[in-house]
Amino acid sequence: MADSLATTPLPTLEPFKGVKKVPLEEYFTSGHRTCQGCESALVMKLMVKAAGPRTIVLGSTGCMYVANTTYYSTSWVVPWMHTQLGSSGSAGLGTAAALRALMRKGKLRSEPINVIAFCGDGGGADMGLSAISAALTHTEYNFLILLYDNESYANTDIQLSGLTPYGAHTTFSPPGSAKRILHQRWKKNVAGMLAAGHPSCRYVATVCASYAVEMMNRVRKALSIGGPTFIHSLDPCPKGWDYDPMLSHELGELAVECGIWPLYEVEDHRLKLYGRTKGIAEGRSRRRPVRDYLLRQGRFAHFTDDDIDYFQAKVDEMWERWIIPGVIPFASEITNGRGSD
Amino acid sequence: MARVAEQVGPAEAEREELISGSEAIAVACKLADVDVITAYPIRPYDTVMQYVAKLVANGELDCEYIVAESEHSQFEIVKHASAAGARVFCGSSGVGWMYAFEALTVTPALRIPLVAMVGNRALDDPGAFGVEHNDALAVRDLGWLLVWVDTAQEALDTALIAWRVAEDRRVFLPCAIGCDGAFLTHSQSMVKVPPPSWVRQFLPPYDRGDLLLHPDNPITVAPQVNEDWLMELRKHNDEAMKRARVVLREAYADFERIFGRAYGNPFFEEYRTEDAEVVLVGMGTLSMPVKVAVRQMRQQGVRVGFVRLRWFRPFPTEELATTLSRFRAVGVIDRDYSFGSPHASGVLANEIRAALYNSLARPPLVSFICGLGGREVTVPNVLEMTELVRRAAAGEPAESTYWIGIRQ
Repeated sequence: MADSLATTPLPTLEPFKGVKKVPLEEYFTSGHRTCQGCESALVMKLMVKAAGPRTIVLGSTGCMYVANTTYYSTSWVVPWMHTQLGSSGSAGLGTAAALRALMRKGKLRSEPINVIAFCGDGGGADMGLSAISAALTHTEYNFLILLYDNESYANTDIQLSGLTPYGAHTTFSPPGSAKRILHQRWKKNVAGMLAAGHPSCRYVATVCASYAVEMMNRVRKALSIGGPTFIHSLDPCPKGWDYDPMLSHELGELAVECGIWPLYEVEDHRLKLYGRTKGIAEGRSRRRPVRDYLLRQGRFAHFTDDDIDYFQAKVDEMWERWIIPGVIPFASEITNGRGSD
Repeated sequence: MARVAEQVGPAEAEREELISGSEAIAVACKLADVDVITAYPIRPYDTVMQYVAKLVANGELDCEYIVAESEHSQFEIVKHASAAGARVFCGSSGVGWMYAFEALTVTPALRIPLVAMVGNRALDDPGAFGVEHNDALAVRDLGWLLVWVDTAQEALDTALIAWRVAEDRRVFLPCAIGCDGAFLTHSQSMVKVPPPSWVRQFLPPYDRGDLLLHPDNPITVAPQVNEDWLMELRKHNDEAMKRARVVLREAYADFERIFGRAYGNPFFEEYRTEDAEVVLVGMGTLSMPVKVAVRQMRQQGVRVGFVRLRWFRPFPTEELATTLSRFRAVGVIDRDYSFGSPHASGVLANEIRAALYNSLARPPLVSFICGLGGREVTVPNVLEMTELVRRAAAGEPAESTYWIGIRQ
C-alpha cells in the first residue's frame, strides 16, 4: 500500500501584490441571476479567481446555488456541483477524499486540485455546523470551506438565521406592536468557534469583499497551506438588509470600521488581525459608532436609541472585555496570562 | 485506465471462510477495491464497518475510511466522492438510514452508483434492534436498486453484482442491499471467497465518463431546473431503472460464467414450486423457516412451494406475475407494514397484487404481516399461513390481511 498518510499535492499560490497583479481571467462569469448589488456574487467571483482554473467548487443550497446555476446558463467556468443545505463540510471532505484515494492508487493523475465547498449562513452556522466541524478535523484532506454570510436565509425570503444580527427585521422576525424586537439572539461567533474548537485546522480567517485583494489572498493562503481550512465572509445584501444596492461596498467597510466585523486570520495557531481591524486594535484609527452602520439599513429602521445603545454596548464588550478582542469571547480569571478583569 | 481482464489461472482458487453476512460484504469491499467508505455506528449494520476498519488497519484494504459525524454526512461524503470518480460503499440501519434520508433522495437523482448495505432494523420508537424491512423500503420510489439477500454467500456475491450493475453507464443508480438484522448480519456460515483476479474480470473499474467532476471536465452538476426540465430528468431515471433489468441479467450470466455459481433467475428464487398448488412469497432470511416448513408439509402431501424475491427494485413484474399465476393461491409474508394502505397489507403484498392485476389468471392473494421487530418467523407460523392460503385456494372466504404470531 502506498503511504496512506500522504496528502494530495498542494498548489503554490503566492499572494497577489496589489490589484494590478490580479489576473484578468474570470471563472465565475455571466449567466447568473443574483440581485443588483449582491456582494455574495462578488465573493464567488473573487474566490474562484483567487483559486484559478484547477478548482472544483461545491455549493450548498442557498442564494449562490439558486441564483447562479440555472440549467443551461451556469455561471461557473470550473466544475461545480450542488450539495445539500447542511452538507458543505461533507461535500468538501468527500470530494477531497476521492481525489486522495484515486491519486494514491494511480487511478487519477496526481496534481494539485483545489476543492472549495461554500455555504451560506443558514447552511454553515445552522444546519451544516456539525458537518463542517467534523470536516475540519480531517487533516489528511485538502479543501476550503467558505461561508458567505448575508445574515439571513436570503434566497427563501429573508428569514432569520443563527447569524442574523440582534433585532434585525426579517420575515421571521418582523417588528410588531407588542414586540418591537422579536429576534433577541446574538449572532454566533463562527470563525472564532471553529478556530478555537479545531486546533488541528491550520487556517481560519474572516474576510470582507470590500477589501477584495486581501480577501483573495486569504483564499489563496487557505488553499495552499494544507488540510481543511475555513473562511467566513460578511456579505452585505441589499434585499435582506434593505439599502440602496450601490452601497454594498460601503456597508462592508462600515461593518469593519464599526468593529462589528473584525478581520483576522488564525494561521497555525497564531492570530493576526489585519486591515482596518488591525488599525483599530492598535489605536491608529477610531472605531466608528455602530449607529453609522445600523441606520443605513432598513432592517434596523425600527431601532430606538435604547436599541442602538444596547447594540453598541455588546460591540464594546467584544472589544474591551473579551480575552481576545473580537475573537474569543470569554474573560479569564487566570492572572498570569492575558486575562482581563 | 481500463484494466486488462486476467484469465483465471489454475493457481487461483476460491477459499472457504466461516464469516457473517456483514463480514461477507466487508470482504466484497476489499475484493472490489473500493476507494472511499464512510461509517457511523448503529446496530446491526455497523458490524460491516467494524470488519472494514480491521481490513484498513491491517493494510488489506486501501481506501479512504472516514468515520462521519452523522448518517447524513456519511451518505453525503460518499455521494460527492462518487461524483469525483471514486468507487464507494456506505450503509446504515433503521432510524440511521432515515436520518440520512435527504442524502438518500438526491443520490439516485444525481445518478450516483453508491452501493449501501442496510442492516434491516425496526424504526424505533419504541426501541427495537430486530429486523423489519420498512427502513430500506422507504426509498422504494426514489430510484434506488433494492435487493434482499438470504445468506452470507449471497451477500458477498450480490455486493459484487451491485457495483457492476450500479456503475454500468446504462444504469448509474445507487443500490441498497437489504440484510436482515441479526439473522444475517450477525450469523456466520461457510462462504466461498473468490480470488481478486476473478473479481477484476467480472467488475470493470468505475468510469464516471463525461459526468466526472474534474477540472478537465468543467461541468455544472445539479443546477436549478424547475418545471423547465425536471420532468425530463425524472424520465431519465425511469429509463435507467428499466434498463437495470437487462443489465442485471447480463451481470448474473457473467457471474455464473466467471465464478461458477448459478443463481438462475436473478430476480427471485423458486423453492419446490414445480408441482405446487399454493405458494408463499417473502424476502430475506425468513426463507429458512419457510423452507423447513415446506419440507415438513411436503412429507405430509401438501403441495406448497416458496418464492423468495431478491430484487424489489427493479420489480420483476412480468416474471413474477407469470410465475405466481400458475398457482391456485398465493400468500405474501411481509416483514414490514404499510398503515392505511390498500387492504392494510404489507408493502410487498400490495406490489404483488399490482403485478398480478393484468394477469389473465389472478389467484387469490392473502397478505401476512409477520416477524416484526426481529420476532422470529417460526415453523408453526408458516404452517398457519399455509393453511390460510389453502383455504383461500379452496374458495373459502378469507381476510385480505392477517397478522401472524401476534398476542391477542
